[in-house]
Amino acid sequence: MKPAEPLVTSDYTEPGVSGMVRDWGADKQAFDMPWGKLMMWIFLLSDTFIFSIFLTGYMNVRLSATDTWPPASEIFALTVGGVYLPLLLIAIMTFILITSSGTMAMAVNYAYRGDRRRTVILMIATAVLGASFVGLQAFEWSKLIHDGVRPWGNPWGAAQFGSTFFMITGFHGLHVSAGVIYLAIIARKVARGDYEKKGYAIVEITGLYWHFVDLVWVFIFAFFYLW
Amino acid sequence: MQHTAIADQIEEDLHDPHSFVTRYIWSQDHKVIAIQYSITAVFVGLVALVLSGLMRLQLGFPDTFDFIDPSAYLQFVTMHGMIMVIYLLTALLLGGFGNYLIPLMVGARDMVFPYLNMLSFWTYLLSVIVLLASFFVPGGPTGAGWTLYPPQAILQGTPGYDWGIILMLASLAIFIVAFTMGGLNYVTTVLQARTHGLTLMRMPLTIWGIFTATVLGLLAFPALLVSAIMMMLDKVIGTSFFMPALVSLGESLDYTGGSPILFQHLFWFFGHPEVYIVALPAFGMVSDVIATHARKNIFGYRMMVWAIVAIGGLSFVVWAHHMYVSGMHPAFGFFFATTTLIIAVPTALKVYNWVLTLWRGNIHLTVPMLFAIGFIFTFTHGGLTGLFLGNVTIDLPLSDTYFVVAHFHMVMGVSPIMVLFAAIYHWFPLVSGKQLHVGLGKAHFWFTFLGTYAIYLPMHYLGFLGVPRRYFAMGGTDFIPESAQALNASITLAALIVGLSQLIFIYNVIRTLRKGEPAGHNPWGATSLEWQTPDVPPRHGNWGPELPVVHRWAYDFSVPGAERDFIPQNEPEGKGAEG
Repeated sequence: MKPAEPLVTSDYTEPGVSGMVRDWGADKQAFDMPWGKLMMWIFLLSDTFIFSIFLTGYMNVRLSATDTWPPASEIFALTVGGVYLPLLLIAIMTFILITSSGTMAMAVNYAYRGDRRRTVILMIATAVLGASFVGLQAFEWSKLIHDGVRPWGNPWGAAQFGSTFFMITGFHGLHVSAGVIYLAIIARKVARGDYEKKGYAIVEITGLYWHFVDLVWVFIFAFFYLW
Repeated sequence: MQHTAIADQIEEDLHDPHSFVTRYIWSQDHKVIAIQYSITAVFVGLVALVLSGLMRLQLGFPDTFDFIDPSAYLQFVTMHGMIMVIYLLTALLLGGFGNYLIPLMVGARDMVFPYLNMLSFWTYLLSVIVLLASFFVPGGPTGAGWTLYPPQAILQGTPGYDWGIILMLASLAIFIVAFTMGGLNYVTTVLQARTHGLTLMRMPLTIWGIFTATVLGLLAFPALLVSAIMMMLDKVIGTSFFMPALVSLGESLDYTGGSPILFQHLFWFFGHPEVYIVALPAFGMVSDVIATHARKNIFGYRMMVWAIVAIGGLSFVVWAHHMYVSGMHPAFGFFFATTTLIIAVPTALKVYNWVLTLWRGNIHLTVPMLFAIGFIFTFTHGGLTGLFLGNVTIDLPLSDTYFVVAHFHMVMGVSPIMVLFAAIYHWFPLVSGKQLHVGLGKAHFWFTFLGTYAIYLPMHYLGFLGVPRRYFAMGGTDFIPESAQALNASITLAALIVGLSQLIFIYNVIRTLRKGEPAGHNPWGATSLEWQTPDVPPRHGNWGPELPVVHRWAYDFSVPGAERDFIPQNEPEGKGAEG
């Protein structure tokens, strides 16, 4: 069926705020994007609140903890071949995650060009990078647990160090793991050609989620490892 | 820049049900999901109503009922509060009415993602089952009060400190997942799937209220989720997020250095917007009921929209007025008292506009209208006591007394319930095709409305006397006179009568469904789109082959020169005034 002409047209004829308001209130989609993409944006907004509240809670308990806060940079340091390297592991993990954002962005580009093969390869590369991030995180957790860090206490000071660390990196790790599964499912569907008719917005939607998870990591990195 | 018009651009294929199971059980139709949500919510609501009756029995006639001991009483208080606020009001207003009305009122065929919508209901049902399961675990449900304040919520001495609190926190987390799935759908549907001609400023206020409330929910529930996760960790694996070092029952515990105040901040960062998650849909629906039954356009439509949005925004910066006695910095009290009083401005504006809509209207005292007018009374009443409690100096002596209980029951207990009944009586002919019995409806209204005052008006006096809330029994307290007990007994009688009078409503619904008169098409003469469907009740897909086209706002009542005293939104121009 041919859609009728919109009754209230808007071609951004009016510049400035009033034009934007008029445009927004018109009888069309408030955002010129597929439904799924808008829904992902709203979900990410909600998820932003979750992570912000996690981090705010972390700052609050850190400031109000009665014991001294453990020296983060020493705890997260690695000694490789006799050389003491603070934040080495975290630097590698961050590098991997940022790189995966790059491959994801390329996947989106190739998806819109209709290059299914490259899209799938790049999505799988993203998923593999994500999985290796989770693997390194598991390594980091086991090292800390080996050193005696527990959610309810640690040898160096405030118990909240371990509690917030495991809770927040764990919650972020769950997001990355979910993202890896999500990427794998979508990559398989792209390979099968499920989206030939509907278009490849879904790859971009997956990408939105992935970039969000990366962005959140930057904040966790800053507040946890650098503070 | 070219924009895609909306209307028939269906991105997700409408799921076509073929069997009984896909049509009524695993249904993806928003109308069926709405009814599933509503029935579940009303069912748990009745459980909570019975709990409140049991509480009142103890308060009115202490030492009479052996099966209510102090622990059971605290459990009744907790479960009553939590169920009413979250599992009844939030679920019924957004999951029930939101689901039913959004696609119909914006002229869409369904929610944008019907499958997600179905998952939302089943996840909600799971959260209800987990919640009710806590009645059957050792120790029973939690008795920490609906605010679940640590440290007492998870410590020995509080009823249900073992399993009850764990199930409560799990159930809340599941509910938030369910709400998020539904909420994403509601927001996206309103923003993207409106039909031709339905600009934002032509939307009925019902949709504005539900839309804004859903946005609030998506931003406020994260705080509850995070605090539920943190308290769960405190309880299960012994972290100390909220738990300071303390001695319990003569034993020093392993907790150290946590902050109980942090929980209060997180809880109320959710808890205050939650008030408006319940109130805003009610504001919207009551506006439409009043305009329709007074045959007059809503007074100040634009201001009503902006008031809804302003209240929504302000609701995020008032949370600490629940915490004046928590010992926070006095400057915070000043800030939060100021924002709290500012929020009274758009709220009062809405009340004036409802009254001005009635002014010189052609008021039909139908059952929905009676409940709507009742709402204006109860809401104004509750709003005025809110001005007392919003001020730090007046709140301090009144905090944790029955004055507070009376205030929040008037403003967010009774008022939304009045609107819910108005809405049920108003939209029942659409949902079922049958008209509820008017006489029974009026009896139901008068019992509920007058009973409300018989219950809550005396509670204000109890509050001024200093009677503390949540107490199992008063004992020999000197400053509380004997007569307070007489007042308590009369409140209990009124509460039981109001509770029982809800049976009139249930009987009315069952009777109407079995042998009610057909309501016919658009019995109230309403203008909004949901009444203009080709079939009543609307079928799957809502609109037949073509979507409606909207030509005017939703409030063209009694337009001079028009044939009828209302002009439906989808009637072309040339017959009446332009919205």
